[in-house]
Order: sequence, then C-alpha cells, then structure tokens
Amino acid sequence: MPNESSFKWVGTRQIRPDGPDKVTGRAKYAADYTMPGMLIGRILRSPHAHARIKSIDTSKAEALAGVKAVVTSADFPELASEMSPNSEMVIDFSDVSNNVMARKKVMYDGHAVAAVAATDAEIAEEALSLIDVVYEVLPHVIDVEEAMAEDAPLLHDGMITEGITPTPTKPSNIAKRVEFRSGDVDKGFAEADVIVERTYKTAAVHQGYIEPHAVLASAAEDGQVQVWVSTQGQFMVRAFCAKVCGLAISQLRVTPAEIGGGFGGKTVVYGEPVAVQLSRKSGKPVRVVMSREEVLRASGPTSGGVVETKVGAKKDGTLVAVDAVLKYQAGAYAGSPIGPGCMCMTAPYEIENVQLIGYDVVSNRPKVAAYRAPGAPISAYAFESALDEVARELNMDPIAIRQKNAVKEGSKTVYGVTFPRIGFEEVLEAAKNSDHFKSPVPEGEGRGLACGFWFNIGGESSAACHLNEDGTVTVISGNPDIGGSRASIALMVAETLGIDYNKVRPIVADTSSIGYNFVTGGSRVTFATGMAAINAAEDVIGQARERAAKIWEIDVDAVTWEDGEARPAGSNAGDHDPMSLADIAKMAPKTGGPINGHGSINAQGAGAGFGCHICDLKVDEGTGHVTVTRYTSIQDVGRAIHPGYVDGQLQGGAAQGIGWAINEEYVYNDDGLLQNAGFLDYRIPVASDLPMIDTVLVEVPNDRHPYGVRGVGEVPIVPPMAAVANAMESATGVRMTSLPMSPPKVLKALEGS
Amino acid sequence: MSQLRYEAPGSVDEAVALLASDSDAKVLAGGTDLIVQMRSGLRKLGLVVDVKKIDELMSVSSDGGAWTIGAAVSGAEMNENAALKKDWPGVVEAVDLIGSTQVQGRASAGGNLCNASPAADSVPAMVAAGATAVIAGPNGRREVPVEQVPVSPGKTSLATGEMVVAIKMPAKPARNGEAYLRMIPRTEMDIAIVGAGVSLTLDDGGTCTAAKVALGAVAPTVVIVDDAAKALIGTKVDDAALEKMAAACSAACKPIDDKRGTIEYRTKVAGVMARRAALIALERARSN
Repeated sequence: MPNESSFKWVGTRQIRPDGPDKVTGRAKYAADYTMPGMLIGRILRSPHAHARIKSIDTSKAEALAGVKAVVTSADFPELASEMSPNSEMVIDFSDVSNNVMARKKVMYDGHAVAAVAATDAEIAEEALSLIDVVYEVLPHVIDVEEAMAEDAPLLHDGMITEGITPTPTKPSNIAKRVEFRSGDVDKGFAEADVIVERTYKTAAVHQGYIEPHAVLASAAEDGQVQVWVSTQGQFMVRAFCAKVCGLAISQLRVTPAEIGGGFGGKTVVYGEPVAVQLSRKSGKPVRVVMSREEVLRASGPTSGGVVETKVGAKKDGTLVAVDAVLKYQAGAYAGSPIGPGCMCMTAPYEIENVQLIGYDVVSNRPKVAAYRAPGAPISAYAFESALDEVARELNMDPIAIRQKNAVKEGSKTVYGVTFPRIGFEEVLEAAKNSDHFKSPVPEGEGRGLACGFWFNIGGESSAACHLNEDGTVTVISGNPDIGGSRASIALMVAETLGIDYNKVRPIVADTSSIGYNFVTGGSRVTFATGMAAINAAEDVIGQARERAAKIWEIDVDAVTWEDGEARPAGSNAGDHDPMSLADIAKMAPKTGGPINGHGSINAQGAGAGFGCHICDLKVDEGTGHVTVTRYTSIQDVGRAIHPGYVDGQLQGGAAQGIGWAINEEYVYNDDGLLQNAGFLDYRIPVASDLPMIDTVLVEVPNDRHPYGVRGVGEVPIVPPMAAVANAMESATGVRMTSLPMSPPKVLKALEGS
Repeated sequence: MSQLRYEAPGSVDEAVALLASDSDAKVLAGGTDLIVQMRSGLRKLGLVVDVKKIDELMSVSSDGGAWTIGAAVSGAEMNENAALKKDWPGVVEAVDLIGSTQVQGRASAGGNLCNASPAADSVPAMVAAGATAVIAGPNGRREVPVEQVPVSPGKTSLATGEMVVAIKMPAKPARNGEAYLRMIPRTEMDIAIVGAGVSLTLDDGGTCTAAKVALGAVAPTVVIVDDAAKALIGTKVDDAALEKMAAACSAACKPIDDKRGTIEYRTKVAGVMARRAALIALERARSN
C-alpha cells in the first residue's frame, strides 16, 4: 500500500464532478427524459390488502381516445421460481414478476394490477378509472406475529417453511427459519451474574429517497429496447426486465439517469418492466413516474421486526450468553433480511455462547427491499438496548463494557467468519476520547451510546480508463453514483496515474458501453468499482510505459512510472527526458494507436465496518416530544478517499436512523390499507428536526484494497435506534422497547413509569 | 376531457361574479392546500379563481388601531409587519408557522380559514383574538366571527359566489396578550395534532378580566372553551387557575383516533398546550 503521507489526491476534498449540474438544476433525472411521441404510463393499484382477482375488463379503457396500450399480468410471461442475488438480499424472479403485476391475487394495498399508456396523463388517469377489476376480498394479516399464528390468513398456498427438519407438511406464512449457534447458551446463562430479557419491536420503514421511481422505455420495431431509469443498477434493470418481459439481455440497453436517492430501495424493479411492455405493445416510448403515494404504498420498505432478546453477563462485564428469536416482515413475498439481521446482531462482540433463531415471515405489506445494512438495524436496536441495560445493572460505563467484549483481528463470529484486521477497538477508543463523550451531559438531557456493524461487500465490477488525445483521462464505470463515488473513483485514478484530479473525468455508462457491474449496494462501489478503475488506470500506465519504451528503444522493464511521468529506470536505461501522460497521448497514433485501460474484477476482501454513535436528547414531559440535541457518529472508514462524502454518509445514515427511531412507521387501518402514504404523515426528519451530526473518521486501512478502502455507507444506520433509546432511558428512566418512539408512545410510557 | 379554467380577476366584484357562475369554483390564494388537493386527485375543478391580483386581498392596513388583513396576505408578509406583529403576535405566529419557509411565503390566513381543516393553525389563534372575516358575495358584504366560517372538515358557511376578502382584528385592548401553540411530531412541515389559542386581558392589578381559549384538531371544527376562559377570569392566572383551565380544555375535546394521534393523547395534550399558550399570553399581557 502506498505511504499515506505521499498521497496527493486521496484524502482531499475536491468538488464532485456531478456537483455543478446538480446545484444549478441542469442534472437530468429519469423523469426529465422525454422523446418524440412519448406516452404517459399509469398503473392501476389494488384497493385491497388481500384479494383474489376474479376478472379484469380493460375494454372500456382500450376504447378511450388517446389510450395506446393497456397491460395486465396476461402481458407478462409466467415465471418459474428462480433465485437471484440482489444487492445484499436474494430474490425470486417469479416473485419479482408477480410483484410487478399481480397475477391471480393482490397481496397488499397498492399492488399493481394493470397499466395504461396514453397520450397524456389525464387520459391515462381516466383510462385507469375505466378498468373494471372484480375482486374477491380475502382475510388479510399485517402484523408479523399474527401472520405466524396457526390460524392466520395464508398468503401463498404452497409456502412450506424452509430450514426446519423434518419439512413441515402444512403451508404457513413463515417462509424460512434460520439458525446461528455457537457454544452452549444454557451453560452461558448459568455462569451469568446479570441477565436482561426483553422483547423489542421495530416498525417497517421506507428508504425515503426524495426522487420517486421513474423510467422511460422505448421499444423499437426490431425488438431492441432502450431504457432510461432512476436505479442503483442499470445491469440489474436490464436483467430483471429481460426476465420479466421475456427478452434476451442483448435486446435491452439501459442508461442510468442521475439518481435522487436510493438507499437500497432502487435495487429492484417496479414500473420498469411495465414501461417496457407498454412500449412494446404501443410501439411508442412510454414514461412511468411513480407518485409519492405509489412509492409508499408499493415500493420498499425494509422489514419491521420483533426480537426476543436474552443477554447474560458476568459481574466484570464479560458477555457470556445471548439467546434471541428474530421475526422479520418480508412483505408479501419471501425474502426479509433475516440472515444478515441475525449475523450482525452480536457481531461486534466476542461472546462464547450464542443462539440466534430467525424467521422470515410474509404478510399483506409491500415486499421489502434493501435499505442500508438490511436487517442489521433491527437486531442491533434490540441487542444494543439490552447491552445498555446490562451495563446499567452492572453500573458500568457503556464504552467500557463494549471495550471489554469488543471483537478484534482473529475474533470468530457466530456465522463462522474470523475477522481480519478491523477497527472496532480504535472506534471505541475514539468515542471515549471524543469531545462529545468527554463533555458533561447538559442539565435535563440524557446521553446514550450504541454501536453497529456491517459486512460490506465486493463483487463484480468493470471499469475503463481512456487516455484522451490531450493527456486527460475519461474513467468509465457502471455503478450509479449515490454517494459521491464518481469523485472518489476520480481521486483514486488521479492518484494512481499521478495526474491532476481535474484532468480525470468520470462517467457512469449505460449497459452497452461498459462491462457488467453488480448493483450499487453493499457499500461496494468505492471499494470494488474503485479497484476496477485503479486496475484500468494501471493498465494505462503499463501501456504508457510500453509506448515510452518503444520511443526510447529500450526494454519496457527499464521504464518506470513516477509522478505522472514515464522515466528511465536508471542510468543504464539511457538518458531520456521524462514523458508525461500528455506527451505519450500525443505520440499514441504513431506508437500503436489509442491507449485504453480496462479493469474487470470480482472484488474480494471487502473490509467490515464498525461504528459507535453518541446521542444527547431531551424529552418534553408534557407532550412526549423528543429533541435530539447533539449527535456524533464515529466509524472506522478504512481510508476516507473523499472525507467530505464520507462525512456525508455518516451524517445521512444517522439522520435516517434518528427518523427510524423517533417517528417513522406505516399506519394501517383495520382493512389493511395504508393510512400515511405521504411525507406529511410518514415522518422522515426535516432539517430543523436534527442537530448538526458530528463525525469522527477513524482510519484503519483495509489491506485488501490499494488505498485501504472499507465501505462506509451502511454502518451509520445501524446504531441510531439504540443510541436514541439508550439516551431516552438516561433522560427519563424509561426504557422504550418499541419503535418508533413517537410522542404519543413516549407520553404513555412516561405516565406508566 | 375536462379543462381547468384559470382566472385572475383584478377586483372583488369580478371575482364574485366568476365564483357565482360556477358552484364548484374555488378561490386560489397561496394554493398550499388547493393545489395539493388538486394534484392528489381529491378535487376535480372546472374553475379556479386566483385572487392574488386583487389589491384588497393582498394588503394590510390599520385604522384607529383595528387591523384589516387581506385574505391572501402570506404569513411571511404578516410576520414582516412589525406593528401588526406587536399587536397580535399570537395570530401572526400561527399563520407564519404553517408548512415550511417556502410555504410561509404563500400560505395565508384567509386560505387557512377557508380550507376548513379542523387542524388549521391560524383559526384557534384568530378565534381567541376575536378576529372577524369580511365576506363579499353577490348580495354585498357581511362580517362574521371567524369561527362561523368553517362548519365541518373541508366545508365552510360561504354561499355560492361568496369569498373571504379580509380578516379584521380589533384594536388591541390594553394589557391583553395572546398566543398560539401547537403540538406536532416534527419541528415544522407538519399538521397540528392539537393546537391551542389563548387570549387574556389583565387589569392594573394583574387580575384576568377577560379571556378566550380556542382549541384546534380536537373536534370537527375549532372548539371555544368557555369553561377554560372562566377558569382564568378573576384570577391572577396562577397555577391553580391554569390547572383548572387545562382540565377544562381536556374536558372540551371531542377528538378522533387517527393516523396523527389518539383520542387519549389529544385530550391530554390539549390541556398542556393551552396551559403553555396561556403562560405566553400572560407574559405578553403583563408587558402590554
């Protein structure tokens, strides 16, 4: 790894390449795309939580002047079950298809049942009202524990719980049971001096990206389809649309637009295959843009869950046993993040005896999608709350108890992995030394602290580095930039090549202009795609050295690359003036043609991340209103390639986590219909709700990356819920075991105390 | 396909004529409710009458201490009128806390009143302060207490062709103070779960001689709590009086359970908000 002090660009705060266009309004988002003859697509959605579709009559809509196409599930091929990795989750293409357009049954309020394309929005809306769907309303279930009950309404007749031996004979709403075990929990609890046993509940929460899903699809007569879309993965959209619409991958070309937030929620498809089929049927380009109401009724969210938690510790704070049962909502189709939820629950701590049993449970809610560190915030809320209670019972400092049990290099996790070099101990030390922790708690306030872990991932990435005629460089990669990755990639390429950052122009290419890239997810892009781009830059350096060798008529091994120049390796190599990248670019036509570098990898060695959050808050005892007054997010970030955008990740994750902690929830009525499908009543925090989120970047470089990168985007949403709950107990003496800690719930808890 | 007609007349008479021509026509002031309702499909309209080109609806004037506030004057503009704010800080604050900074540049007291939401922020404040609404219609003008405008959620007492042209505030009584507070889960950009407007007047000895307490979001329309006023009148607005007033407020609530709050929560917090608003009003009365 290069010596840190020698970095010229890595670790500096440069202007992001996409910044000027975004702040001037020039940036083009998917809903801004338009084409001649373009139609407007609208989707008809289920007004019921659970119902059988008896019939759909679209004839009146089709007859309406201006309507050019109507589609239902009959226009999509019926797919057999086929599992596919999807961001940090796994999905079944058959479920994706059924979620995109309901077949036989609607599974939740807002489930798509038909769609129209018309010459304008008003006609499209009117056409929707002319579609006659006859439903047979079925009993529904919303709550995860009610869905697990013996007599619960069944969503899928054939759902037999996986992971139980012997295989159950009766179907249920439990899609899967998972188990992680180490040591002997009975023995562990027998050794414990203190045991805390609690059940914690969290609400389903939406990713809350400001830009609703939007797509423009244009199918040509020759069967080729172009798509412009707001997504975290153009290759995912290509693959999923191909599957759901029955096309070959080569028939689709998908261009990612600038994206107004994703947080994991744009790693799946909703309106995209609908737009494609409408375009194929009408022969015209079709744009489908969701409303906010549609976003909340039919996309995302992440699971709500119930976590029964039992933690045992010795008097000195040594954690000796954890026994937990986790029940996660999957939404209408199997696939909650129950696995990662279990794996992350106790990952920051060395605990000898652990037993974690998880259930993936379907209910009549929209299918969950990835959301920053999917699964981990739910179990971390439970564990970090219980750990806080253990510390209180032992009269131990919250950092001290964590330091006592913290994982380090060589620690083995309950899911079998042995940690390489990680930075959790350094994070705890930084938390202890932070201004925030050292300052006294203001009068009338309470302070809480909690930690979090996320694996981070690597995966498949492709990048190209084109040396332009004047010596500037274009870096082409294939991951939508949701957190400043273009800037980070350009910084690493500038550092590698030894040229000015402003001579490197990064772009995110469409699916036909760069090789395959797995989605932007798992905090993988700066790590994995960054590494592909570094490889591409090194490929350019290799070629540049060859060209210099050719010009100097010496062996390529006698040419070194230093400070952005080809230089003779030593006096033996002869006396040649160094050649800059610009010099070599100028000579390229005469020395073999264009110089283009490529990098294609399946990146391994993603570095795990750990964070510690400190929260001060006050509670209005008359109303139950909680005000977070000070908040600090401390995290091992490997190496911050662009510290400004790393700060942004730590702040954004904390902000979303505080919203999750305090106000966000889905409110259903007795009919299973969502009551708060809008930002007015689905309360993500507004700017005035939050203090400035302070950050402390701890840098323990990941030795599996040329610049030490660890993913940073997900860890920061893991600790906030417990940090807030722990601060609540400090402030009021009340332990909140159910999210959100909204004013009515807090007031009730205060009165009950 | 239905076409939306937009008109922006320059006078009240023209506006009234337009409104009289179509019983479904709606007045557009700041549009912070109307446009949202139209976009979400809650309202399908044939005619929208924008009143922001009418001087009378866009100006604030005072005459012998009494104020006339054009119905479409924005909260931000009211807030920048130092003299108005000095006289009626509770009303100005109530109008100017609606939505966010951007919304406050558009949203008006007249619009807030005519939207007839049970949770309208400005209404309890205006009611407590004794505001009246000037209504113009095909048969001329009339003036009513503002509480007579909303009759049920989303419905007003205005007849076809009628519109609110101004809000009138009386001359500020000596040693009067008023205030409005609301409970929202956020800090802004939210809708009141409970709102409380309190106005009270003291004599030279600091005894309360007149009071009015109005609650929002706890019943289909604003609730004037006479028992709460009675609890204050004749007292020094001490703890015992405030306690009694808060209890009267809670007792007067007839709220619903909905996504924004429970009956239990609204009932309890109504007293808390009224008490806090009364303390601010008391402070203001003492310094007036």
